[in-house]
Amino acid sequence: MNYNLSKEPIVIQDVIDKVVKRNAGAITTFIGTVRELTKGKKTLFLVYEAYEPMAIKKLAQIGAEIKVRWPEAETAITHRVGKLDITDIAVVIAVSTPHRNDAYEANRYAIERIKEIVPIWKKEHWEDGETWIGNQLETVSYPTGKPKEVDIHD
Amino acid sequence: MIKVLLFAQLRDESGKEAISIEGNGWSVAELKGKMEAEYQLGGLETVMTAVNEEFADDNTILSDGDTVAFIPPVSGG
Repeated sequence: MNYNLSKEPIVIQDVIDKVVKRNAGAITTFIGTVRELTKGKKTLFLVYEAYEPMAIKKLAQIGAEIKVRWPEAETAITHRVGKLDITDIAVVIAVSTPHRNDAYEANRYAIERIKEIVPIWKKEHWEDGETWIGNQLETVSYPTGKPKEVDIHD
Repeated sequence: MIKVLLFAQLRDESGKEAISIEGNGWSVAELKGKMEAEYQLGGLETVMTAVNEEFADDNTILSDGDTVAFIPPVSGG
């Protein structure tokens, strides 16, 4: 399975291994990690929640879209769900192609599409509260009260 | 019956992960109106909807056995 959600820490090499092929001259790997500061606000930890069967379908759809644009590309994506601490890996995307430029472009395409169509949500837990992050531009957000460990799904 | 799945802030607001509702023949827009009225859910006009794990629009007609998911703006990656 090239498209996965994982409750456990992601092993980067495992994602890369899925796209190795004899005719590949390049493999690009994108690693999304949890940062501490967002606009000066300190994150304590965050929680990713997914609509799991649909999220896996939509990750696979992104792989199929990449195949249309870059027919020789192989793609693998694993996204973490559950509680993540600062510096933890949230997503790993590996793309192999015969030539490097395509591998870079296709990998960039994959992360941008994840942010548009894959039903995964991030809840930020800050020092002074918690918020469901509405979208990557953070133009929509949903603040509620103080962080509570009981809110955490595993 | 239609199964409705709620995520992220919609789950927090309603206190529910899933709701079963008699909605055979309703449009997605009608379902949203009903959900806003009965479960005090706000802002459903801005969320995406999936029917049976594919994105659907407000005019989509629902049938018994469908699973509808309300999908707030996503933030993976």
